[in-house]
Amino acid sequence: MQFPILSFIVFTPIVAALIIFLIPEDRKGEVRVAALAASAFALVLSIWVYFAYDVGVGGYQFVEQVSWIPALGISYKVGLDGMNAPLVLLTGVVMFTGVLISWGIDDRPREFFTFLFILATGVFGVFVSLDLFMLFFFYEIAVFPMYLLISIWGWKETREYAAMKLTLYLFVGSVIALVGALAMYFTAGLGTFDMLELERAGFSREFQILWFPFVFIGFGVLGGIFPFHNWSPDGHVAAPTAVSMFHAGVLMKLGAFAALRVGLMLLPEGAKFHMGWIILLTLVNVVYGAFIASVQTDFKYVIGFSSVSHMGLVLMGFATLTREGFIGSGIQMFSHGVMTALFFAVVGMVYDQAHTREIPKLGGFRKVMPMVAIAFIIGGLVSMGMPGFSGFIAEFPIFMGVWKSYPLIAIIAAISIVITASYIIRVVGRVFYGKMPEEFEGHVHDVTVLDKIALLFLSFILIALGVFPGWMVPLVESGVDTILRLLGGA
Amino acid sequence: MNGSVFNVTMFLAILPELWIFVLASVVLILELVLPKEQHRLLGWVTAVGLLVGIGVSLIVGVPPTQAQFVWGDLIRFDQLGYVFSLLFMFGAAMTALFSIHLERLGQRGDYYVLMLVSTLGMCLMASAADVIMLYLAIETTSIPLYVLAGFYKEDEKSTEAGFKYLLFGAMTSAIMLFGFSYLFGFTGTTNLYALVNLVAQKQLSPLLLYGVLALILAGFAFKISAFPFHFWAPDVYAGAPTPITGFLSTASKAAGFAVLIRVLWVGFPAIQPYWVYILTGVSIATMTIGNLLALAQRDIKRLLAYSSIAHAGYALIGFVAVSELGATSVIFYLIVYLLTNLAAFGTVSVFEKKSGSSEIAAFAGLSRRSPWLAMMMLVAFLSLAGMPPFGGFVIKFAVFAAAVQRGLIGLAVIGVLNSIVGLYYYLTVLKVIYLYRSEEEQVAVPIPEASLLALAVLCIGVIVMGVIAAPWFNIATLGARAMW
Repeated sequence: MQFPILSFIVFTPIVAALIIFLIPEDRKGEVRVAALAASAFALVLSIWVYFAYDVGVGGYQFVEQVSWIPALGISYKVGLDGMNAPLVLLTGVVMFTGVLISWGIDDRPREFFTFLFILATGVFGVFVSLDLFMLFFFYEIAVFPMYLLISIWGWKETREYAAMKLTLYLFVGSVIALVGALAMYFTAGLGTFDMLELERAGFSREFQILWFPFVFIGFGVLGGIFPFHNWSPDGHVAAPTAVSMFHAGVLMKLGAFAALRVGLMLLPEGAKFHMGWIILLTLVNVVYGAFIASVQTDFKYVIGFSSVSHMGLVLMGFATLTREGFIGSGIQMFSHGVMTALFFAVVGMVYDQAHTREIPKLGGFRKVMPMVAIAFIIGGLVSMGMPGFSGFIAEFPIFMGVWKSYPLIAIIAAISIVITASYIIRVVGRVFYGKMPEEFEGHVHDVTVLDKIALLFLSFILIALGVFPGWMVPLVESGVDTILRLLGGA
Repeated sequence: MNGSVFNVTMFLAILPELWIFVLASVVLILELVLPKEQHRLLGWVTAVGLLVGIGVSLIVGVPPTQAQFVWGDLIRFDQLGYVFSLLFMFGAAMTALFSIHLERLGQRGDYYVLMLVSTLGMCLMASAADVIMLYLAIETTSIPLYVLAGFYKEDEKSTEAGFKYLLFGAMTSAIMLFGFSYLFGFTGTTNLYALVNLVAQKQLSPLLLYGVLALILAGFAFKISAFPFHFWAPDVYAGAPTPITGFLSTASKAAGFAVLIRVLWVGFPAIQPYWVYILTGVSIATMTIGNLLALAQRDIKRLLAYSSIAHAGYALIGFVAVSELGATSVIFYLIVYLLTNLAAFGTVSVFEKKSGSSEIAAFAGLSRRSPWLAMMMLVAFLSLAGMPPFGGFVIKFAVFAAAVQRGLIGLAVIGVLNSIVGLYYYLTVLKVIYLYRSEEEQVAVPIPEASLLALAVLCIGVIVMGVIAAPWFNIATLGARAMW
């Protein structure tokens, strides 16, 4: 048997969480070092597995299978393909930078990292699961630590409300999808939860049409689909920085990815039937999200709504059911994940210094934290879809796909690019340029070295993908081939 | 079916009961012999004795693959009764461990004896194949529990709890007995397994059976605290000594389910659609009422009382999906639920001892006062909420799966919506523990060693059952298959 690399990736965080919880409470330094070591280890493993994936061969690789409840046909089965490999890498990146950024947490860091790492295990698990039951298992592991992370370490004003809202929204979505999954299991009659088998179950068209909306929208809640996106900006804003990064960067992809894998790939006929109206929902996401972002005065809400807008693009790419759309969405999940992690990191750094996020009250931060300003600008360019940055590689194919199937929607959606540019430029101008208000003079300092490493790392990835898309695009293409085969070459 | 001559099987069949009886006698004698300051030992003797009893049963008491009727067909020696007996003994052992540090409770021999006798009754409930045996077993279980609920004689709330429990119990048990008497009158037999054939032979009017069953169900619904016989639960749970509340809400409830499974599935297949309808309604009402009322609670014991009502509703979902998966899911549900809820009450008991209050608000700052106790509460509460990687997730999945398999998608959806409400109030408690500050933050909450041991066993058990579910699932399947 080969080395169980995926299991190592999935279980490293939770084992680390246990170890961290065993460290005595007052040894905060050791807690942080342990957390950093564990996240670095997970990052190295995820980079390694990403590049070890053989694109030429394609399909699912590094597959591991262990029977779990044989009586119900549930097994622990994981595997890597072109769609989830970038997401595993993304999780590794966000986890590592998240730990770097959270170095300064002083209230019960032990509990903080414990919960954060339980969350990470859930996220890794969902991405690599090839078993429907296991997917839910990990999915819910990813949901509950979120509640504690936000409500304990979040922003005092809204954390209790936002944390509960988020948890309940996500839980509702997942349990509704769960009923759909159970219906699939029993209708297929194969006695297995293995998704690769269920793909071949040959569900009747009526069945698919009936259940597709439940599954797709159920998971789509976590992807931030309109009109169930409401939890996300509130959640992002209330969460502490590292959790916002995780949350917008990785968790929302979890929803989109699960909607793809369970909804689209298992119920392709249902997808074809329903995508006509679902794409309209995503259009609302894209345009309305951008509009709302542009009128926010709270820095973090701007980014929060921009996530709604960008995640809309991911789901819109899916909804086109075209090759270009899927490729674009696959890359956008990664690109947006890194970009939004960068954004939230920047917001956190500014807030830690200024203790306010009201954009009109800020200004001139370029002078004290030049690197933060540059990182934000890079993120902004990605966000606008500038060529040379990863956003272009991601969004261009999506728009191509949309244009192919629904030209009118492509035109309307393109408006969002303009709006995005407007709010990004506004934030850059107001926060980082201009005159610094007097009360900040002398009180605002540059960020720590660890923060800089995190920013540098994230910016580097965004540019590397923009300039050399070759290390991701073929991989995603190979994953898309699988999806298109299931869709019958649509 | 030959029960006239004594043989080994007969004694093996009641091995847990015999063991418990001897243990109870030992505890009673020890109380007289031991000096007062060493009465803590009584609890240890009870707990260790029960655990050894489980070990002995595991080694020599395994029922034959073909179930046997023993003691004049009063008892059926099968996997169902066996699994439940072990479960009850385990629950009682944990309860004993939680009680040791409570002076007025855990250092009195009569307390443990009552608990053991009640456990004995539960074991008989799970294996009774005859309604007379069944009735006796139920009374043997209930009467000590009435006393235990009111064990704090000087405490008004506890006395009230005991009295209320007694009144409710006596009433429903009388109704049930009335139903049993009709059953005998119509069929001429008291044996559940003979009943089925006689009903078919005599072509009894279903209407008569409906009436009889309604009466019997009253008694069972009381035991599992299902709607509309759930009213006693919150008051009794809040007033009774906390370890006993845990025992009531787990072992006693599981015993009720064991009986419900056997009597309905074995004795009344003829009118199955009828009781499926009734119990579907009961299930929906029970979980909805339990969850909605739990939202408004300020006292953690009352909250857990309503939550345990809700859990009876969930377990009934698996029950009305009459299938092997359904029965398996119910048994599995009860196994995991017993561990989880005992852990929940155990943590409450430890905290209550220190702070003297079971108000939810009093738990503020617990994660700073005792991170480990807080973490154990987290495990217990999230498992109750049905979150992975804890056992609670798997059992919830199993009952919903059983419902969907039978096409009861509406019921599954109602269950799912209920579990969202459940998540809300469990999280509210965790929020108090982890988020809110209190003035007594510096005062640590020590965990007595016996309780720590029990909590560790329970919490690890809850996690193991969630992570390695197959063995437990298979045990439940064995129990489910043994019914016929």
